[in-house]
Amino acid sequence: MSAGTRDVSDVKRLSELSSETREGPQEMLPRSATTSAQLGRESGAVLRLPEGHVLDPASLDVERPDDETMIINMGPQHPSTHGVLRLMLELDGEFVLRTKPVIGYLHTGMEKQAEELTYVQGATNVTRMDYLSPIINELAFSLAVERLLHVEIPERATWIRMLMSELNRVSSHLVWMATNGMDVGSTSMMIYGLREREMILAFYEKTAGLRMNLNYVRPGGVAADLPDGWEDDVEIICDTIEARTYEYDDLLTGQPIFHQRMEGVGTLSAEEALALGLTGPLLRSTGVPWDLRRAMPYLHYDEVEFDVIVGTYGDNFDRYAIRLNEIRESIRIVRQCLEKMPPGDYRTQDAKVTPPPRGRIDASMEALIHHFKLFTEGFHVPIGEVYTAVESPRGELGMYLVSDGSPKPFRLHVRGPSFVNLQAVPLLMRGGLLSDTITVISTVDPVMGEVDR
Amino acid sequence: MTAAATYPTTTGLDGETICFVTRDQYISAVAALKDDGYEMCVDVCAVDYLGHPGRELPEEIPAARFEVVVNLLSLSRKQRTRLRVQIPESDPRVDSLFELYPGTEAMEREAFDLMGIVFEGHPDLTRILMPEDWEGHPLRKDYGVGRVPVQFKEAPGPR
Repeated sequence: MSAGTRDVSDVKRLSELSSETREGPQEMLPRSATTSAQLGRESGAVLRLPEGHVLDPASLDVERPDDETMIINMGPQHPSTHGVLRLMLELDGEFVLRTKPVIGYLHTGMEKQAEELTYVQGATNVTRMDYLSPIINELAFSLAVERLLHVEIPERATWIRMLMSELNRVSSHLVWMATNGMDVGSTSMMIYGLREREMILAFYEKTAGLRMNLNYVRPGGVAADLPDGWEDDVEIICDTIEARTYEYDDLLTGQPIFHQRMEGVGTLSAEEALALGLTGPLLRSTGVPWDLRRAMPYLHYDEVEFDVIVGTYGDNFDRYAIRLNEIRESIRIVRQCLEKMPPGDYRTQDAKVTPPPRGRIDASMEALIHHFKLFTEGFHVPIGEVYTAVESPRGELGMYLVSDGSPKPFRLHVRGPSFVNLQAVPLLMRGGLLSDTITVISTVDPVMGEVDR
Repeated sequence: MTAAATYPTTTGLDGETICFVTRDQYISAVAALKDDGYEMCVDVCAVDYLGHPGRELPEEIPAARFEVVVNLLSLSRKQRTRLRVQIPESDPRVDSLFELYPGTEAMEREAFDLMGIVFEGHPDLTRILMPEDWEGHPLRKDYGVGRVPVQFKEAPGPR
């Protein structure tokens, strides 16, 4: 073979290997190829007008030639996009004109999988969605199933669920504090946040056997009772983390560089937040005191005292302050759970959903069959549909469950708060600096496992 | 009297109102509810009822294969209302809520992507979770699990 032919085949092979990948219309297109409605949406103009929905084409810079701006791609492997979020940014120099989040890189078809799993197995599926708050995912799923089943949950199980959810909220916010610290350049915060979270994960391991994706909250109660001496563990967690939140104040809250990165950056108004369906700290940062634990109480949140933290300006700093103070409020709730934890059963004794105790399986054939049926076939849930929402650390986590009377959900739709909150990113970034995109993504706090499901 | 009372309604398990509206009434019903104090559209999703043994519907609402479910939330009254719209299989189209609640943009794209419901008037109705060249709508009941070979975008050979 001569050198010439080898060159040709190499070039051909190279071109086959390096064919361009693209998402087609999912990507951000140049201005000349974008319709004005689409351009308006990407520029956030839809929301900036007082009428809320009237798009004025004159306010859009449609005529700007394409060669004045530059479309660049950020992610999906960028370390500060918190997972596999990809952003297409249109830049004018250092300023961001348009932003389009491109998602789906972590899509694993969990809603489809849920239709193939029984209700017993379902909690293991949903716990992997928002991997920073597994307990709260399981809780939303279990509450939906129990609502359809009309099963009453024992008092102790309800309080255990509350205790674990609030610890989960603390650990989720601690990871947020850590990664946000990292994003703005405070690498020590990264270490401190994960160090504190470790205490909570260790307590989870002691209780449920696992650190993450616990499958601890299940339809019918929780998987296991709290371990002996749990009061001391929880007390130490509360005392340590509460004391350390004041160290974070010293480290971040008063620090001038941190202020400059956060204050007045990525502002949001209450009207915009409501129109976009934003919930959680994003909505509360605009001054709307909406927290499902207070507004539509589930479990026993109406029996504990806590404050709903709200902001004023809807900027990054408000969202930081809300999350920091929510750690303190959650610790307050955990302390009350500690005080009020009643004795009793940790799961319902309704034989329909709860397997017989291990001891009886050896002694009774009926118990063995019952156990076997429950874990192979599962339990039947009456025909119906229900929407259950809980307050996750990121906002309203809703589960829309449709049952056809079989042991598997007919349809499980998850309203992921991150998925909806991500729509605020183009609005928050518009007109801002490229360097601010990092802090904006960080304070919107999307968990991509939940966005893509 | 609330705006919801003009349509056939039932009460859900949590005490929320469930309205059954036709496709023609859909936009006006949501607009009326929005004026009535439902500030937020929390969720839009679609359900494929193919193979479901039967759901409870008011008599005047004929069952169709697809259903678009919209969850509205009133923050001021702390109430939820759910709208269920029947969408026939032959013509899976419904108007978009984007003009009323811009936050439904991503949710409607998701319903289009995974269930194949076309939302008329949506500014950018493209796939959101699946790759652009994916065939079919995975959450439909007639879209099998584990029977379709995994599609890779640049893979050679027949699809």
